[in-house]
Amino acid sequence: MNEWRKEIIQVVIVLVGIIFLIKLFFIQVLDSRYADLANSNAILRQVEYPFRGLIYDRNSKLIVYNTPEYDLQIISKEAKGLDSVKFCEVFGLSKDELRTKFKELRARKEYSPYKPTLFIDKLSNYDFAKIQDNLDEFSGFYIQARTTRAYSTAALANALGYVSEISKTKLESDESKIYKQGDYIGQSGIELFYEEQLRGQRGVKFKLRNVKGIEKGSFDDGRMDSLSVPGLDLVSGIDLDLQLYGEMLLKGKAGSIVAIEPSTGEILSMVSGPSYDPNLLTGRLYGSNFKVISNDTLKPLFNRSLMAQYRPGSIFKIAQAMTALQEGVITPETRIRCDKTLIGCHAGHDNQDLRGAISNSCNPYFLGVLRKMLNKGISTSPYEDTRIGLAEWNKHINSFGFGSRLGVDLPNEKGGLIPTPATYDRAYDNRPWKFSNIYSIAIGEGENLVVPMQMANFAATLANRGFYYTPHLIKAIGKDLKPLPHYLIKHYTTIDSANFRIAVDAMQQVVESGTAQYRAKLADIVVCGKTGTVQNDPLPAHSVFIAFAPRDNPKIAISVYVEDAGQGARAAASIASLMIEKYLLGKTNRPQIEQYVLNGKFL
Amino acid sequence: MRRDDNISGKLDWVTVLLYLTLITLGWINIFAAVYDDTVEQTIWDLSLNSGRQLLFMAACSVIIMGIVIVDMRFYDVFAYLIYGLVLALLVMVPIIGKEVGGNKSWIGIGSFGVQPSEFAKFATALAVAKYMGSVGFKMDNLRNQTILFAIIGIPIFLILLQKDIGTLLVFTSFILVFFREGMSPFILIVGICAATIFILTLLIPNQYYLHGAIVIALILLIAIGKKKFKRIALLTIGAIMIMGVIESVDYVITDVLKPHQQNRIKALINPDADPLGYGWNVTQSKIAIGSGRFSGKGFLKGTQTKFDFVPEQSTDFIFCTIGEEYGWLGSLVTISLFVALLLRVIFLAERQKSRFARSYGYCVASIFFFHFAINIGMTIGLFPVIGIPLPFFSYGGSALWGFTILLFILLKLDAHRSEVLQRG
Repeated sequence: MNEWRKEIIQVVIVLVGIIFLIKLFFIQVLDSRYADLANSNAILRQVEYPFRGLIYDRNSKLIVYNTPEYDLQIISKEAKGLDSVKFCEVFGLSKDELRTKFKELRARKEYSPYKPTLFIDKLSNYDFAKIQDNLDEFSGFYIQARTTRAYSTAALANALGYVSEISKTKLESDESKIYKQGDYIGQSGIELFYEEQLRGQRGVKFKLRNVKGIEKGSFDDGRMDSLSVPGLDLVSGIDLDLQLYGEMLLKGKAGSIVAIEPSTGEILSMVSGPSYDPNLLTGRLYGSNFKVISNDTLKPLFNRSLMAQYRPGSIFKIAQAMTALQEGVITPETRIRCDKTLIGCHAGHDNQDLRGAISNSCNPYFLGVLRKMLNKGISTSPYEDTRIGLAEWNKHINSFGFGSRLGVDLPNEKGGLIPTPATYDRAYDNRPWKFSNIYSIAIGEGENLVVPMQMANFAATLANRGFYYTPHLIKAIGKDLKPLPHYLIKHYTTIDSANFRIAVDAMQQVVESGTAQYRAKLADIVVCGKTGTVQNDPLPAHSVFIAFAPRDNPKIAISVYVEDAGQGARAAASIASLMIEKYLLGKTNRPQIEQYVLNGKFL
Repeated sequence: MRRDDNISGKLDWVTVLLYLTLITLGWINIFAAVYDDTVEQTIWDLSLNSGRQLLFMAACSVIIMGIVIVDMRFYDVFAYLIYGLVLALLVMVPIIGKEVGGNKSWIGIGSFGVQPSEFAKFATALAVAKYMGSVGFKMDNLRNQTILFAIIGIPIFLILLQKDIGTLLVFTSFILVFFREGMSPFILIVGICAATIFILTLLIPNQYYLHGAIVIALILLIAIGKKKFKRIALLTIGAIMIMGVIESVDYVITDVLKPHQQNRIKALINPDADPLGYGWNVTQSKIAIGSGRFSGKGFLKGTQTKFDFVPEQSTDFIFCTIGEEYGWLGSLVTISLFVALLLRVIFLAERQKSRFARSYGYCVASIFFFHFAINIGMTIGLFPVIGIPLPFFSYGGSALWGFTILLFILLKLDAHRSEVLQRG
């Protein structure tokens, strides 16, 4: 009896053996995934962090460099018998702080008592020097060095941007797969825009290790190892001394200073106020400092030079004048009465020609100019006529670089706004509109929005009598000090250079005998400028000034915008002329004007 | 009865050869599992598991000699006494035992420890065989069945006190012996069905699909079979019971099993869910075996086992070393050797003339089969992680001695098979 049961048992045994062999065939032979996983298990890719590229100013002064930073790591298994009193003393911790550190350590997801785990991060050189001698007293603690950013001065924070650990979301969306968790990455400014050039290439060493992460020699005799390649250095057009001076002048004020070298488009200085000390956003206190700075209601992280969109005010009259000259609707001799029925004006002039109107910044004059330009009688309908005129006007105004991004080598540049027929169609909900609805754009008010960089670029265009190079911070990359080719392209405006000369004459008059004569006139340098006072009710007006100097063969073009500081002839004109003096002469000869700016009482 | 002085000539040399091959391969793999090439070490080194395993193997030869010298009737006559002595040892474990790795299953003599539960396997096998071989024993007699289950139930209970679930489960393998000796296959089928339903419930997150499938199966069975009231009622009751089992699985998982046991079952179903946590063992074990590919990385060239990625690499997960260093071919050889040994043991059992010896042979086969199936099954992710050794491969004196005793008592009985009267 039961003979068949013997057979069944034997069949079951053989069957189990066969099932095992089939399953093993799948995981051992067919599926190569396990072999890869075994490699990533046992082969440690040890990263050698590259040095990030340095940033120099135009005179080879170092602006941004690297400084060592030390992470204290712990292998808990080896850290038994810690003299906590001594440890607290050396690291300047309280007993409670140490206790929380250990609690945090164990709570961490990747925590393992065998693996080196971060205990205190971002110790500075100074901290490290203090603890170095005591370190061997604490077994199980190790120092891992890397570098972080450091800044030679507190200047240029917004343009430089900052570097910090890559965020989770960025890491997930990074398709290049270059970054790993804990890597530093440029988060804004130059650091972000030139991240690819600055970051360099990580070196890799492959090492065998066991499950505790302990090294067991190099893999394949180091044949696959590679050295790290430092990032490329950047040479910027910034004049660090001028930059520092500008930051000093703008201290305690909100606004922007942008200075450009007209013959190259290199940005000489770019001051955004209020700003912050870039050294606050490196090292151990990055986290807490960032919270404070980013929550500051004065928005120190907001780069006004590039991102603030302001109404340009009367500086826009220069553009209007040239547009009208180009269209042939006026000549330099055209006189228009200072009729204050539609729009206010300053006292002391009447029925001026173009130069006089610019020099005294006559509002009704430019109202008349715009009327001539927009209503040329091409169409009998005043609505249609304005529409045609505005489109013509757009073409010219946009050619100065207004109304769209210039293409500055920084992230988050804003383009401003120059109203087009479409803008007004939207604003008037497709009901008809004509000159009388839109005339405030004549004097740079109304819908016009311009960023300070565009104003400075406009000044540079005037200095060049008709063209500009895209403004840029970085003029050369790496050892090759040749200028970057895309910044060698001349962008011509639609205006003839003859008309520019008329505008330049008028701007010279502004400084010599017009609105800017008291605070922008320099003894040895012919400055050409234009003031602007932008209505900002109920607050005081914004103070605006654009200028370039010297008149012939200009070296510097500048825009200054000071929020809530009243007339353009005061704060902005003073600051701009001081900057010009500083750049061209190396110092100011007018300490009283400097003091006036530093005191900051403009109203 | 005639004394035969040349007993060794009658031992089954096929089995002995398989045994020697397996323990030698085991010993070499234990060395490979603990080998560290940054330290000068040899396989003989007594500070290594391999060196110590060699000592255990040497002790085995003494044990084997003892088993062979003793009169074969000793095992029959003293089966209950041996069983009783081992039970006494098991009772003492919770009292005088020492704790190793969370389980209190060791009795220490100086620095030296033994696990009585390893010896309980052959002792219980002897007792089971003795009882089944007794006059008038009938497998389908309820009283006989009860006593039989009590014989395996007592060590199960005592081992449960040591919280050694792996060894405890080994004792369920005696069901196979009962099956061979005529137990109704019903119990086996019910057991397999329950296990299948249990695992299906875990695999299919929404139990309503399973319920649905059962209802459909029930309707089909009623529709195609005879429409007798009794049959329909039985089928319906059966279906409701199965549904009850399904509902209770979740309860068992969350409320009865301890967290680490829950995790082992979870790891089986989805080891990728938490590869660094409860899935670690299975994941690392599969990585080690899988990375061996077809022909392996070569002796001492494995990285996963040596560098401690695989836990318990010289004991419960010793098969990983074979898989990693010798690849699928090595697995094929190892599994073939085990299957050959199991079939040989059954062959030996079947040629016994006494029911005692035959039952004992099946006990040996069952215990080896259970260890073989569960151990390799867990390393390749087919079974939950249950800590039981792979016979002759896993490091450990008690286990090696236990398996050796188990096997050689059978060989001893086999050598004298012609000397016993046939009973049926």
